[in-house]
Amino acid sequence: MKPLLRRLRHDLFATPVDGLISVVLLAVIAAVATSFLHWATSQARWAVIQANSTLFAVGRYPIEQQWRLWLLTALLAAATGISWGMLRSHPRSDRGGILWPRNDRIAVGLLVALSLLLPWLLGLSPAVQLRWVAITAVLVLLRWLAGRFGPQLPAALKRLLPLGLPLLYLMGMVLIAGGLGLVAVSPSEWGGLLLTLLESSFAILLCFPLGLLLALGRRSDLPLLRWGSVLYIEFIRGAPLITLLFLGQNMLGFLLPGGLAPERVWRAAWVLTLFAAAYLAEAVRSGLAAVPRGQLEAARSLGMSMPQAFSTVVLPQALRVALPSMVGQFISLLQDTTLLSLIGLMELLGTARTVMANPAFLGHNAEVYFTLAVLFWCCCAALGLGSRALERRLDPATIARSG
Amino acid sequence: MSPSTPATLTSAAPVGDVMIEARGVEKWYPNGFHALRGCDLTVNRGEVVVIMGPSGSGKSTFIRTFNALEDFQKGSITVDGITLSDDLRHIDAIRREVGMVFQQFNLFPHLSVLDNLCLAPVLVRKRPKAEVQEQARGLLKRVGIAEQADKYPGQLSGGQQQRVAIARALCMEPRILLFDEPTSSLDPEMVREVLEVMQNLAADDITMVVVTHEVKFARQVAHRVVLMAEGEVVEVAEPEQFFTNPSQERSRRFLDQIL
Repeated sequence: MKPLLRRLRHDLFATPVDGLISVVLLAVIAAVATSFLHWATSQARWAVIQANSTLFAVGRYPIEQQWRLWLLTALLAAATGISWGMLRSHPRSDRGGILWPRNDRIAVGLLVALSLLLPWLLGLSPAVQLRWVAITAVLVLLRWLAGRFGPQLPAALKRLLPLGLPLLYLMGMVLIAGGLGLVAVSPSEWGGLLLTLLESSFAILLCFPLGLLLALGRRSDLPLLRWGSVLYIEFIRGAPLITLLFLGQNMLGFLLPGGLAPERVWRAAWVLTLFAAAYLAEAVRSGLAAVPRGQLEAARSLGMSMPQAFSTVVLPQALRVALPSMVGQFISLLQDTTLLSLIGLMELLGTARTVMANPAFLGHNAEVYFTLAVLFWCCCAALGLGSRALERRLDPATIARSG
Repeated sequence: MSPSTPATLTSAAPVGDVMIEARGVEKWYPNGFHALRGCDLTVNRGEVVVIMGPSGSGKSTFIRTFNALEDFQKGSITVDGITLSDDLRHIDAIRREVGMVFQQFNLFPHLSVLDNLCLAPVLVRKRPKAEVQEQARGLLKRVGIAEQADKYPGQLSGGQQQRVAIARALCMEPRILLFDEPTSSLDPEMVREVLEVMQNLAADDITMVVVTHEVKFARQVAHRVVLMAEGEVVEVAEPEQFFTNPSQERSRRFLDQIL
C-alpha cells in the first residue's frame, strides 16, 4: 500500500500547482461520475432498452429464423477464439510462448462477466441468458485449445486456417440472407446492430482492394489510369457522403435496367464501399510514399517483375505504414453507417428513432442514445485494439525481439 | 585471397568476351539536364573496372543505365550479348544477370537477412526454397556474417548491412556485379570490411563495375580505371598509369584534389 501512496503523491501532488490541478480535476470527475450514476440508477428508465433489445440487435428479423443468427454468433465466437489463441501461440508474437498473458486473463474475465451480467440486466429469458454463456464458453475454450495445441498443428493446416475467415463471411451471408435450402429473409427485414455490422463489414472488406487499386492507379505510368484514379478520388472526397447516398438511391435505379438494380440495403452498401475506397486510396498512397525509392530499385535490380516487387517488397512496407490511418478510415466508416438512417434504413440509429417515436417510451431519448454510443464505442474500440496488435506484430523491431 | 601486388593483378586483366559494351550513351533528365554526353565503355569478362570522378559527373547514372534503372535517349548498351531496348523482356533478362549493390544498401527491412537473400532466387529463378537457403547460408558465411542470418537488417551495422546486400546480389548468381558507391555511406571503420569482401570477389571470375572514391581499392583491385567528368568519359587507363601519369589534364586536376 505504501509504495502506491507514495506513487500517487509523486504523480498527482509533486508541486503545489500540480496538487491544485489534481484536486480540481478529481472534483470535476467525482461530480460528473456521481451525477451520471444518480441519473443511471434512479432517473433513467432502462425498460426502453430491455423491451427493445432484440430490435436493437437484429431489427425485424423473423423470430422463427433467428436461430440462424445465434448459429452465426456462435461461429464468430469460435473463429475469434481460434484466431486469438493461434495469434498468441505464434512463435513470432511478442508474447510468444506464454499461454495466458495478463492482458488476456483480464479480457477473458471481462468477457465472462459481461456474458453473465448483460443478458441478466437486459431482462432476457433464462434460456437466452444461457445461450450467451454458452457462446462465451465456446470462445474461451477454443482460445485455450488453439493456444495450447495450435503450435503442434501441421504447418500445411496452419497455412489453410486463415482461409476459413472469408469462408465464414460467405457462410454468414448465407445464414443471414438465406439460400442453400434456407428460407430467404429479405434485406428490408434486417436491422439494428446486425445491419450496421453487415453494411460496415461489407464496405470495409471491399473498399480495401478497391482503394489499393486506386492508389496504385494514381501512381501508374499510364496517363488514362492515373487521371481516372485522380478524378475518382478527388470527386468522391469532395462530395459529402449523405449526398452520395441519396444519389446512389436515385441514380443506380436509372443507370441499371429494371430488376438489376440491387436492393436498397445493397445499394447503400456499395455507395459506402465506393466512398470509403477513395479515402483508403489516400491512406495507401501516403504509405507508398513512405517506402524509399531504393526498395523498388533493389527489387527490380534483382530481376523481379513489377507485380513481384510490389507484392513482396513495396506493399508490405507501405501497408504497415498506412495501417493506422486505414483503421482510422474503417472506424469513421463504421460511424458513417448512421447516415443510412436518413435514407430510411433501419440500422442502429434508424431503429433507435423508431423506438423513440413509440408513444410507450416517449421521453427516454437519453437512455437510447447512451446505449447507442456505448455500442459504437465497443465496436470502434475493438477495431482500434485489433489494429494496434497487428501494428506491433508487423513491426520489424518486435519481430526481431521475439524471433 | 591474400592481398596481391597491384602489378600481378593488373597484368592478369582478362581479354576476351565483352560483357558490357556502351556506345555513345546520351541521357537528358526530364528537367533538361544533360547527364551523359556520349559515353563509351567496354568491360570484358572477369574484368574489374573502377569508375571515379567528382560528384555530379554522371558516374552513378552511367552504371545505372547498365541494368536499365535509368533510361537513356541516344546510343546503345549491350550487356552479356543482350541489347538494352524498350523490350521489357530484355530488361528483365539483363537484370537477372546483373547484380547491383547500392550506396544506401536498400535491404528489405521487413524481411530477415536470410529472406532478403532468398526472395529473388525463389521468385524469379523459381528455385526450390531449401536449396536457395543452403546457398544463402554459404554466401553469408563467405561475407563473414553467417551468424546473422535470422536477424533483421535494422539490427545490423552499416558494414554488415552492405555485406548482406552483396550476398543478396550474389545469391542470384549474376555474371556482372555493379557497385554504386558501396562504401560512401559507411562509417570509416566499416569501409575496410566491405572492401575486403569486394576484393575477394574480384579474385573470382565475376565481372565488376565499381563506382567508388576508394583510391587504394582502385589501385589494388581494378584492371582499369575510368575517369568521368561533366557527363563524359575523360580517360580509361590501367590503375598504375592513371594514378601516376594520367594522359588527360582533367584527370590530373581530379587526382590533385583527392590524393
